[in-house]
Amino acid sequence: MGKLFAAIVVVVTLVSTAVFLSHAWWMPADISVLGVGIDRQMTETMISSGVLFVISQLVLAAFVWRYSERGDGRPIRIFPGGAAPMVVGATLLVGAEIAVLSLVGSKVWGGIFLSRPDPHALQVDVQAEQFAFYFRYPGRDGRFGTAHPELVDDASENFFGLDPANDTTARDDIVSASLVIPVNRPVLLSLHAKDVGHSFYVPALRIQQDFVPGLVIPIHFTATKITKQEIVCTQLCGLGHYNMRAFMEVMPEKQFEQWLEEQAPQ
Amino acid sequence: MAILKLAQPPSPARTGVWIGIAAVTMSFAAYTSALVVRQAAAPDWQHFRLPPILYLNTLVLLASSGTLVRARQSILRDPAGRIASTPQAVTWLAATLGLGILFIAGQVIAWRDLASQGLFLSTNPSSSFFYVFTGLHAIHLLGGVLAAGYLLGRLRRSPGWTNSGALEATSLYWHFMDLLWLYLLILLSLVF
Amino acid sequence: MPDMSAAPAVPSGESARRAAHAPRGFLRKQVFSLDHKVIGKQYLDLALAAVVTGMVLSWLMRFHLGFPDTAIPGLEKLAPNAAAGGIMTPELYLSLMTMHGTLMVFFVLTTAPFAGFGNFVLPLQIGAEDMAFPRFNMMSFWVTFVAFLVLIAAFFVPQGPPLSGWTAYAPLSAIGKDAGPGQGTGQTLWVISIALFCVGQLLGSLNFIATTLDLRTRGMTFSRLPFSTWAWFITAVMALIAFSVLLPACVLLLLDRVAGTSFFIPAGLVASDRLQPHAGGSPLLWQHLFWFFGHPEVYIAILPGFGIISQILPVFARKPLLGPRVFVACLIAIAFLSYTVWGHHMFLSGMNPVSATLFSVPTLIITIPATIVTLLWIGTVYGARLRFTTAALFCLGFISVFVTGGISGFFLAQPSIDTYLHGTYFVVGHFHFVMGVAAMFGIFAGAYFWFPKMYGRMLDERLGKLHFVLTLIGVYCIFMPMHWLGLAGNVRRYSAFTDEYMQGSLPLHRFITIAALFTGAAQLIFFFNLIWSRWRGSPAPANPWQATTLEWSVSSPPPPDNFGRAGAPPVSHGPDEYGVAGPGGDYVMQAAPPQPATA
Repeated sequence: MGKLFAAIVVVVTLVSTAVFLSHAWWMPADISVLGVGIDRQMTETMISSGVLFVISQLVLAAFVWRYSERGDGRPIRIFPGGAAPMVVGATLLVGAEIAVLSLVGSKVWGGIFLSRPDPHALQVDVQAEQFAFYFRYPGRDGRFGTAHPELVDDASENFFGLDPANDTTARDDIVSASLVIPVNRPVLLSLHAKDVGHSFYVPALRIQQDFVPGLVIPIHFTATKITKQEIVCTQLCGLGHYNMRAFMEVMPEKQFEQWLEEQAPQ
Repeated sequence: MAILKLAQPPSPARTGVWIGIAAVTMSFAAYTSALVVRQAAAPDWQHFRLPPILYLNTLVLLASSGTLVRARQSILRDPAGRIASTPQAVTWLAATLGLGILFIAGQVIAWRDLASQGLFLSTNPSSSFFYVFTGLHAIHLLGGVLAAGYLLGRLRRSPGWTNSGALEATSLYWHFMDLLWLYLLILLSLVF
Repeated sequence: MPDMSAAPAVPSGESARRAAHAPRGFLRKQVFSLDHKVIGKQYLDLALAAVVTGMVLSWLMRFHLGFPDTAIPGLEKLAPNAAAGGIMTPELYLSLMTMHGTLMVFFVLTTAPFAGFGNFVLPLQIGAEDMAFPRFNMMSFWVTFVAFLVLIAAFFVPQGPPLSGWTAYAPLSAIGKDAGPGQGTGQTLWVISIALFCVGQLLGSLNFIATTLDLRTRGMTFSRLPFSTWAWFITAVMALIAFSVLLPACVLLLLDRVAGTSFFIPAGLVASDRLQPHAGGSPLLWQHLFWFFGHPEVYIAILPGFGIISQILPVFARKPLLGPRVFVACLIAIAFLSYTVWGHHMFLSGMNPVSATLFSVPTLIITIPATIVTLLWIGTVYGARLRFTTAALFCLGFISVFVTGGISGFFLAQPSIDTYLHGTYFVVGHFHFVMGVAAMFGIFAGAYFWFPKMYGRMLDERLGKLHFVLTLIGVYCIFMPMHWLGLAGNVRRYSAFTDEYMQGSLPLHRFITIAALFTGAAQLIFFFNLIWSRWRGSPAPANPWQATTLEWSVSSPPPPDNFGRAGAPPVSHGPDEYGVAGPGGDYVMQAAPPQPATA
């Protein structure tokens, strides 16, 4: 039985590692300025964890194979050095790995969440609700109209509860079901939720951010490729959670300006 | 075989009540952190005057700890650590019980005072926490009242030597309820 | 065998009182029993009912995910509104998922390895007659049982169980039925059930701690304490603190739901086209309170497994655990650190991003003691003389799956990587490996090891080995692919995968579903073995495994007062003296008399 156990562990380890290395299921190509840092962190962790994974599983299998009761009266043996090598080895190796990953990783994290957004970033107000995302652009006046929750009316497509009749800044706001942005220009999203918690996720951008009811949460990024990507919700929000999606279209600057013109309310 | 003379065996009842105290402390710490976060989360915290009867109730509860100490002093103890009831102990313990019930009645008056000002559980976050904290304290004190009542019954019925565990445990718990109330009073007077 | 000839003519103390008031009748002996052995078995039976229910739910979920267009036979009859034509609605999927998680985390992983085995074994291992507070102990089981009934009742209310997951984030869980189906009565029942569960666990922890501190037999110092008892003791301390925080969280959530308060619900929410009448509350407050409990909770689920493995492995390796003091120190370190890491569930929650870095550091540091204990186990296997009983195999399997699950955690512990992997199947793979597999393997090891002591009969070893092999292969086939799904950005808690970029994952989902159904079927072997052996297993001797701890020095099953009128013998040996010459062979029992001094 010991040999069977060892064999299973070896096979599982080798097959899993092969699939990981083959990248058969892997992250999509990254399209964000900060994606490079995340991907490097991922690769570094994958390599060090992978090595640790393979070695520990194979050693376990080897020991189990070797050290079974053979009826030969052989005495038991204590691991050379006792527990000390385990403590020292784990503390030094794992400790060093943690230190390196933390230092580098905190810079990557800081770059996404602690850095100041570009003052000329394109600002988009994002509302998540059961079960859709809506995006609002400030329009020519560069200012967002006030949102009134009591005026929200999906039937008349007043998703944000705007009051253009009385609020001049709201008159030129552009509301869209897609996030349309120019390539290579910083974008600053302000996330707020209408009803329950949601989350914004574009795998190719590598970032996620929860929408928390009652809060307005900023997230900024710069897309580096012309592409159309799905935005999906990653915070359980009710029965339509699986289907809650919008598209992010990254287009050349000129095309984006044109799009804004076309969307502007008459 | 020589029978070993054991030292005073540890009392599980006393250990148990310390563990219980730890749990109650932790839960009130959780409620306290909820209060701190909630107060900072929105500008809707309404300040109001604490019902003055709270201060009288505090004195009642402190007095009940005093009578409990007297009850323990009036108990007979033997070298092996067991106790026997005395009429004085029974009286002081009954007084403790009575004062505990009086405290709870006083808390009810405090709640009615707030209600008459239009402050109910859901009126405002500050009133919510007031009712939650005082209500939970009263419920926990009620547990102590029941334990003291049971203890009183036992001391009156079986005047011979019994294990002191239940008395120690009840007494510890009661004094803890006092301390908890003092903490709550300070907390409530700081935030309301 | 202690010398009874000099026993006092009139026995005094607890033992005599017990003997004079020995329970009579079926209800007192089997149902409302004060005996820790009965209560332990009751907890295990409750966990069994919960795990079967939870497992069936997972089969339904996996079937729907793998084959979304295929009708599930019989489902329409069970849930006519939620599964017309045998195809489950999204809300049914999410409620099954919620109940699956709740049942498994609370009613299986917090009961079986801790309240179940701990109740039965701990007093025996320390030489006590029973737990310190038998009445509280009985209460703790029945409160837990009522909590289970309240939870199950959610299946039978008109809109069904809640769909907010076992994590029940506010405001989805707080605003009531406007949030969606199941969020009315179903969610309220959930909150009440969990609150009751907290009370049951607090009573249980009280017992474990007081018993371990006060009722150890003479000579059973902390340095001679068996590792499983150490683990149960530390777990009880953790549970005391953790459940003391979850209970307040549930009280506040219940008040938001039924009393109109706004602890967790901010102003201006519009759900089901209705403006919600709450203001000022903080959804993040719920997350902080919940995860302050929730993270220690997952260590509460695994720590007994650490203890059980460390207890059983030496028995079948015929050598002591490597580094016993280091092991205990690591358990304490892990328990302590587990209270400092809860924010790693909230990196992207909108809390201050600086906190993410602060939480990530202890999360990564916990890897160090976890690595040390894994190396201690592997080092124990070195130079061993392994006897491959089923219990031993599950111990070895535990090491393998814990390594896998722990390593995937290493990714998630880093915020810069979690920003991609959060909310994906990578997380699902991680926590299933550590909880759904490793902790379960701990339960299996304990079951195969202690069954003879509990029921006086042996479990069938051939069936056991078959169960082990199929399960080991099966769990890797189910949960390893989930890491690949996560890397591909496949989001979790989805009832269907309609997004274009996820279409490439569908074949993998089908593979996982088939593996899950196959592995589920393999568990039937275990259930059959459990039931058949209770009545038809071969009779078990007092010490079938040649183990050293005190429970093996009494009959199988033990007498009602565990060690007889005179109580447990004084102890002068450690808990794993294997590989040394002793009267019975290569081991010396803890209950053996002290070694005579050499001249």
